[in-house]
Amino acid sequence: MAGQSDPQSSVFTAAEMEFLAEDEMIEIVPNMRMEPLNLISGDYGPFRPQIATQVPLWLAVALKKRGKCTVRPPEWMSIERLTQVLESERDSPKEFQPLPFHYIEISRLLFDHARDDIPDIYMVRSLIEDIRDVRFHKVESGLETISARTHAVKLKNLSAMEVNIVRPFVVRTLQSFYKHDSPEMIQQPVQMPTRQPQATDRGPRASSSNVKASVE
Amino acid sequence: MASGSGFSMEEFESLMATSDVELLKRAWRNEKSAPEILQFQSSLVLRSREQIQLMEETIEEFTKSGFDPLIVSIYQMDMDRAQYMCYENMKSYLDESVLSKLPTGYQSDLKQSNASEENDMGSFLYSSYVPEPNLDTFVFCKSDSSIGAIPLDDSADEIVDLVAGDLYVLRYKSIKPFVENGQVDLV
Repeated sequence: MAGQSDPQSSVFTAAEMEFLAEDEMIEIVPNMRMEPLNLISGDYGPFRPQIATQVPLWLAVALKKRGKCTVRPPEWMSIERLTQVLESERDSPKEFQPLPFHYIEISRLLFDHARDDIPDIYMVRSLIEDIRDVRFHKVESGLETISARTHAVKLKNLSAMEVNIVRPFVVRTLQSFYKHDSPEMIQQPVQMPTRQPQATDRGPRASSSNVKASVE
Repeated sequence: MASGSGFSMEEFESLMATSDVELLKRAWRNEKSAPEILQFQSSLVLRSREQIQLMEETIEEFTKSGFDPLIVSIYQMDMDRAQYMCYENMKSYLDESVLSKLPTGYQSDLKQSNASEENDMGSFLYSSYVPEPNLDTFVFCKSDSSIGAIPLDDSADEIVDLVAGDLYVLRYKSIKPFVENGQVDLV
């Protein structure tokens, strides 16, 4: 829709991204009893004091706001794990480390609504910011290697928010090459077979290099 | 659902296990990210609206019989979320079929709609004013299952192996059939 016809704009608003992330599951520890909930989105509970259970993030936030539970931050949100992720992000300039698809939104929601349940929250927050920065920088430098021969780009482990933010630039870059390249392709079709099928060799298939916008 | 490349049993089961709200969400994401208007998921939206109506009645019952306000509010929130997804699905469809009736100049944002071809007026307006959707544009996509090799250009010289869970930026037209049959999701 809008995002495609106007490559300047993002497809999803921040609020929409958050809405999508709120369906991700998270562990809570209730401090009350409540019978199972049979909701349109699924069945959750039963809820028993001190017995951990999985619920969607929106429900966790709702219960937390009313003082009915504590939230258990996901395992990837520990300082130890985030430090590892940050190091690996820095060490491998062409790969993104696996993180939840909505890691930015999830962490933001938890910072906003469950801050007292996150140990070392300032450290966690700054690690996540650093990870974001490193990853964005990688996308940017990956884009510099896009050429007219690029038919496909694989961005393994890129997250939802990152996709939404880089989409306009990535699409615009790929499109401009495509438009630029088209007449040449028509005029000299003979060249086609001699072109390296980079998507096969160095593109999406090359799992070792994931920001793959490969060149001849 | 359009072109019918077959589903494996696994894919079928995972589809059956997916809630309607989840399907509405997918349809919404796809619609927002696609360069053309996708098939309106009318039966899904209809089914969800019925579910929402039932839930409305249940919530009313709960309130009358003095249920814990916390429980009532949770059911209400869940219903609101489903309703929002229904609304968004209908909105993107309605917006564009209404917009398609506008004179040129108002239409720069439009995509071609199969739906509007159903009536003569719509089809006339479309053929005369509405630019073709740009199916060559690049989209971000992901698949739950491995699709295998798909051609990236017309000459089929270049192929890409779509691996489950990995994210790709590809030309929309190369994955269009997979978006239509639900095997590939736009993100």
